[in-house]
Amino acid sequence: MRYLPQTKNARSAMLKDIGVSSVDELFRDIPKQAFYKDGDNTLPNHKGELEVERIFGNFANENQAAPDGPFFLGAGVYYHHVPSTVDYIIQRSEYLTAYTPYQPEIAQGTLQMIFEFQTFVAQLTGQEVANASMYDGATSCAEAALMAMRVTKRNKVVLGNALHPDYREVLGSYMGNLGSDLAEGEPDDETACVIIQSPDFFGKPEAYEGWRKKCDETGALLVVVINEIVSLGLLPAPSMADIVCGEAQSVGLAMSFGGPHLGFFACREKFIRQMPGRLCGMTEDADGKRGFVLTLSTREQHIRREKATSNICTNQGLCALAFTVHMSLLGEDGFKRLARLNHEAAIRLADALAKVPGVKVVNESFFNEFVIELTKPSKDVVQALADRGIIAGYALEGNKLLVTATEMTKEDDVETFCENLAEVLA
Amino acid sequence: MSANAKVIEMTNMVSEDGQGLMYEENLLWEKERSDHPGVDLPEPEGAALRIGVEARDADIGLPQVSEPQALRHFVKMSTWNYSIDHGFFPLGSCTMKHNPRLNEKLARLPGFAHIHPLQPASTVQGAFKVMHELQHWLAELTGLPGVCLSPAAGAHGELAGMMTIKRAHEHKGDTSRKIILAPDSSHGTNPATAVMCGFEVRAIPTKLDGRVTVDSFKEALYATCDKGSDIAGMMVTNPNTCGLFERDIVELADLLHKAGGYFYCDGANFNALVGKVRPGDFGVDVMHINLHKTFSTPHGGGGPGSGPICCTEELAQFMPVPTVIEEGGEFRLETEEDRPKTLGRLKGFHGQFGMHVRALAYMMSHGADGLKQVSEDAVLNANYILSQLKNDYHVPYEGPCMHECLITDKHQKEAGVTTLDLAKALCEHGYHPMTVYFPLVIPGTMLIEPTETESKDSIDRFISVMKGFAADVKAGDTEKFHGFPQSTPRRRLDEVKAARNPVLRWS
Amino acid sequence: MSELKFTNEHECIMVDGDVAWVGITPYAQEALGDLVYVELPEVGKQVKKGEDFAVVESVKTAAEVYSPVDGEVIEANDNMPDDLALISKPVADGGWIAKIKISDPSQLEGLMDEAAYQDYLKTVD
Repeated sequence: MRYLPQTKNARSAMLKDIGVSSVDELFRDIPKQAFYKDGDNTLPNHKGELEVERIFGNFANENQAAPDGPFFLGAGVYYHHVPSTVDYIIQRSEYLTAYTPYQPEIAQGTLQMIFEFQTFVAQLTGQEVANASMYDGATSCAEAALMAMRVTKRNKVVLGNALHPDYREVLGSYMGNLGSDLAEGEPDDETACVIIQSPDFFGKPEAYEGWRKKCDETGALLVVVINEIVSLGLLPAPSMADIVCGEAQSVGLAMSFGGPHLGFFACREKFIRQMPGRLCGMTEDADGKRGFVLTLSTREQHIRREKATSNICTNQGLCALAFTVHMSLLGEDGFKRLARLNHEAAIRLADALAKVPGVKVVNESFFNEFVIELTKPSKDVVQALADRGIIAGYALEGNKLLVTATEMTKEDDVETFCENLAEVLA
Repeated sequence: MSANAKVIEMTNMVSEDGQGLMYEENLLWEKERSDHPGVDLPEPEGAALRIGVEARDADIGLPQVSEPQALRHFVKMSTWNYSIDHGFFPLGSCTMKHNPRLNEKLARLPGFAHIHPLQPASTVQGAFKVMHELQHWLAELTGLPGVCLSPAAGAHGELAGMMTIKRAHEHKGDTSRKIILAPDSSHGTNPATAVMCGFEVRAIPTKLDGRVTVDSFKEALYATCDKGSDIAGMMVTNPNTCGLFERDIVELADLLHKAGGYFYCDGANFNALVGKVRPGDFGVDVMHINLHKTFSTPHGGGGPGSGPICCTEELAQFMPVPTVIEEGGEFRLETEEDRPKTLGRLKGFHGQFGMHVRALAYMMSHGADGLKQVSEDAVLNANYILSQLKNDYHVPYEGPCMHECLITDKHQKEAGVTTLDLAKALCEHGYHPMTVYFPLVIPGTMLIEPTETESKDSIDRFISVMKGFAADVKAGDTEKFHGFPQSTPRRRLDEVKAARNPVLRWS
Repeated sequence: MSELKFTNEHECIMVDGDVAWVGITPYAQEALGDLVYVELPEVGKQVKKGEDFAVVESVKTAAEVYSPVDGEVIEANDNMPDDLALISKPVADGGWIAKIKISDPSQLEGLMDEAAYQDYLKTVD
């Protein structure tokens, strides 16, 4: 009951002022059948902080966390270092317990941060504008497809290369809901957009020029999906795309078993009125001082209702803050260096794995993850290694395994992995 | 909107000289680029690249500052924000309640923070147990046995719920049902969501007493088909957006069910019911729950939220994947093979797991007894405010209200003071305003939701400020209201300028 | 130039032969507040009477502009997005949003004239 400040005295004084004799009188509009009867509620009663901590401590201890052993899993969610300043800032009351900045006079902190976030995303993606963030990479990708259909007034979406399977499933659900087509291969005259992931799901960085040409020929938009945003410190910016969307968890956020993460969405300026999500813009206050507000909100559901561009009414505010703080700490040099370190860690891992009997490195090019082919089914290998305390990677079809290295990957982790893999494959 | 024009506007840098505790702070890009960043990373070895494409060597244009500069930047900016930890936050329909720090601590345990969603199930049994337990609590509290935790926020849960309904009709081979009934006072996401699912929305008028009446409901239900067999369902928030419980809800749900439609309940206002009343027992088929409202996960300046859905046994076969299931003491994710009629996946991985941890920690802390007290105190506090302000402000609908109360600016507007002015006056007096101009059904609305985490003292202070405003207006002291706020980091902002010539990034 | 006609939805129409110049009335502008954007229709678009063909946006709201007649959009006022003040000018003097070629002139008969519209406004408030 520690979260409840009202006293018995206060409650009875308030009831008296309202003019009722019991709190149940205030619930009189609710049909009797909907109330809990005595003893109906099978849930336990309240617990102290210590007790709750113990329960959750036990749950947490049952999991094998990334710091507990060698860890080579990526596939859309990446294990990176987050500076301590990030977590300090996002736990400040002023950010953590604020609402969406609808009252700009008392929310300039959040608003200026979003403006900075939008700028970071636009710069990294080589796009003209970015929004205030989306739920995650998968929904951001689905929203990009919906936007492309609004812009082109076409109904078909083409996957140009290997898209993350979860993104593909989410896209399929959104498109199926509207009765639209999802196809693979090349665009045609009915295609709203071509979606290209880079690096693709199997880790291969993509060149955009050919896709740009195909899109120009058919009038389709080019949508680029980025899973690993750190890659943009080394790989070319997808500036020739019409929309760039994806996942920014790698900067500032823990893996957290898949969420909350940070979807981002950037595009060409001419599409801003078709964009989903919130936008923060610069303006002036009554004294002529620079300030920020949420703007172009007429696109959004609370005004357009059934004509809104999307039904979304939140972003991932605090995750965007974590990203923005981490980006500000990395800066130009740090961000590029982090990207190089990731690539080099992957090179070392690839070279070490190539020497393991029964392992073949499939990718010729990669950023920080790549596919290896084993002599045994990868699913069994992953389980066998997990039983030895090693999180080996993402089991693809058959004998293929997707492995990842980041700046977190230690030399002895690689050695342990290779030794154990050799034993499991033997 | 040429790029050059923007650069000119962007040079409007603020002076970083503050005044007292009022700080000024420029954008990161306006600071001198430091020699080294705010992190120390090892020197790369310079290995030959294997990226297969041309490397990005050109300047990206990112700013660069040291750690103390970065820290100060964000700390200074934070002082411009109002938050629940600062004070009373009576934002109707948003349930801005206390956010316990225990929840934050638990979500950061390495066993939760540093696990990957695609790890083998044997290495994440504890995480699955958290999700399974949360599913159980939500099912128990709503009286709806099917729970899917994956939706990322309220609007996403709404989409999941409506797609579930659509899927259920399709499965019966009934694709002719295209109409969704929704009160005209509904939240804007409701019609937006219905349209995303290919439905049409038919509004049910609520003007008379702020509620849907059986007659107006029947009229809408049977408007184009005498058995209502073109109706896919209804979307009703209950308690509704006027802070009132839909008294006839059981009858409405019965009529709808007889016509073959499903009842979607927007769970935004579940804080009025939690632990005391179960929506499944008043006819709801599917609803979403905002963990960031009722179950105290922080709003974070606009997310991340989390919007699980709860539904009947019948609809549970159609809801999105994944959920967590238990088989002989082992926990795992349920797949499309386990539940072939599912509408599929709506979010990457398993939802906002970090929010699941926080919400469950909150539920366990309160327990069944505490949660019942939550809704009782929330409703008591709102009714107390209504009783104290009803002589000063226009009250469009008679009480009792539920966990929020609705007043309007009708009396004040005659003297030229509007709801917007009153909201800005609250900013000046150290409060976050209530929700304004929502619901849209009547002009000048103010929706006040105190939540259960305010003491009588704190509520009394708010009441006296609101009474003071009314008294000032009555006495003709109205001029000052148009200039509020004066003491905030920024005064009223020019939204027209922002929208006419959008500047959305530094350049 | 012919006289002005009005709709219940506050469109203002000037009929020029078989072409309707469509804008919004001062009352509608007042209700919307400061405009920030106008979404114009594509030339060649076929519209039906009562169907929306353009959107005018202020900070707080967006309003559809409805066609008073069946017909085809033959011209959109391309100057308007860059000069939003045009919306407050008379329809004949730059305040038009689009010109619509009228398919069925009999549909004009149901529209109000200036005096009828002024009477109608009294019932709206």
